[in-house]
Amino acid sequence: MKIGVLALQGDFSEHIAMLKRLNVEASEVRLPKHLDGLDGLIIPGGESTTIGKLAVAYNLMEPLRTFGQRHAIWGTCAGAIFLSKDISRDQPLLKLMDIKVQRNAFGRQIDSFETDLDIPELKQATGTTENYHAVFIRAPIIESVSGDAKILASVPDGRIVAAQQGQFLATSFHPELTDDTRFHEYFLSLVD
Amino acid sequence: MEVKTGTWTEKKGLAQMLKGGVIMDVVNAEQAKIAEDAGACAVMALERVPADIRADGGVARMSDPDMILKIIDAVSIPVMAKCRIGHFVEAQILESLGVDYIDESEVLTPADEEHHILKHNFKVPFVCGCRNIGEALRRIGEGAAMIRTKGEAGTGDVVEAVRHARSVIGSIRQLQTMNDEELMTFAKNNGAPYELVKETKELGRMPVVNFAAGGVATPADAALMMQLGVDGVFVGSGIFKSGDPAKRAVAIVKSVTHYKDAAILAEVSTNLGEAMVGRNAAQMPEEEKLATRGW
Repeated sequence: MKIGVLALQGDFSEHIAMLKRLNVEASEVRLPKHLDGLDGLIIPGGESTTIGKLAVAYNLMEPLRTFGQRHAIWGTCAGAIFLSKDISRDQPLLKLMDIKVQRNAFGRQIDSFETDLDIPELKQATGTTENYHAVFIRAPIIESVSGDAKILASVPDGRIVAAQQGQFLATSFHPELTDDTRFHEYFLSLVD
Repeated sequence: MEVKTGTWTEKKGLAQMLKGGVIMDVVNAEQAKIAEDAGACAVMALERVPADIRADGGVARMSDPDMILKIIDAVSIPVMAKCRIGHFVEAQILESLGVDYIDESEVLTPADEEHHILKHNFKVPFVCGCRNIGEALRRIGEGAAMIRTKGEAGTGDVVEAVRHARSVIGSIRQLQTMNDEELMTFAKNNGAPYELVKETKELGRMPVVNFAAGGVATPADAALMMQLGVDGVFVGSGIFKSGDPAKRAVAIVKSVTHYKDAAILAEVSTNLGEAMVGRNAAQMPEEEKLATRGW
């Protein structure tokens, strides 16, 4: 199994380090040809405007959409924004997931937070019982899911912070900044 | 469930999200929009870019809050702002405005010639400049969650940026080859906190994200810094003091992403118009160098 990490901008090396901890081969994706031979793709945290503009400039939009038709893709934070269908503002989106996202939904950096989440699917898939410690940084929320997208996790006030739609996964938070590999394991379980 | 804000993970984490990106100096909302549209991963709000601070002389201070707030309103990307070295009240003001990162910067006139701000006292994260590993680890010891090598701001001459990046990265390589009993002497010789020296050796890199700054004026300069091993690039005067800022900004963003791809670097370096008028940093008298500010 070989997983690509979109390396246009952001914390792609943290994702690669997590994949290596799980003994999975990982590579950086900057151009369409780098998608060849990959079994899945992670879109990292970073600035979604920067990632979107670079994806357009280097003709990655259509190749990424085509890749998604047959492979698993996971977006964390900026990556979740990039996967979404609608963010109520004009910037490049892959529109692969039926989720509506709001950027910087919790406020500015001083409002960024860490908290524990109860994610039943994650516990079940990994055979564990501990809650998941999530790191949110200028984080977006998933305002709503539609179609066959389903909610995976919410914060206590009900705002959605993780969703799944078939082989697509979106998280507002950053599993790559923790020592907990369960979310990466969960994603790998979606890869054919 | 317990919710924690302002943690070390949060502070360091935002810098991790900026990696592989370009942070641009902007002096008003219009420039901030140009920077965001070009793909900047953050902007640094300040009243005058370093080249103008040099030319104008006098005391350079924190910017007017009104100007910072207008920039915060204009863009969706993170906004940084500068305070003077040691001026913890300017930092308190910037924190209250909601800036995402504070740069305790040698580009402004220092307010304290012996002490830096105790940055652990703040919820907002700080970035600080360094010329070498000792200065970097002292700043991290005080709570800086991101480091930038200083270079020589406002010159458009990359030579000092290269000197400082090579110094820091070379020291980290040197640490890798040392055995543990040599670390205390390394800490003493470099004026660096021992625990952070140990951590740097174990990680094989700086404990926080490390950008380059001070003199980057072209896409090739930016890619040079990336190939030397920094995580991203600050561009100050280099963009808005050039002939075609929007075009140059896009080109530098692309050069940081594709820093190892010479064909793309050639393409983005083509027909950029005039670069900022440079000033030879190596021949500059020591007392004019901003990089010497910092203790």
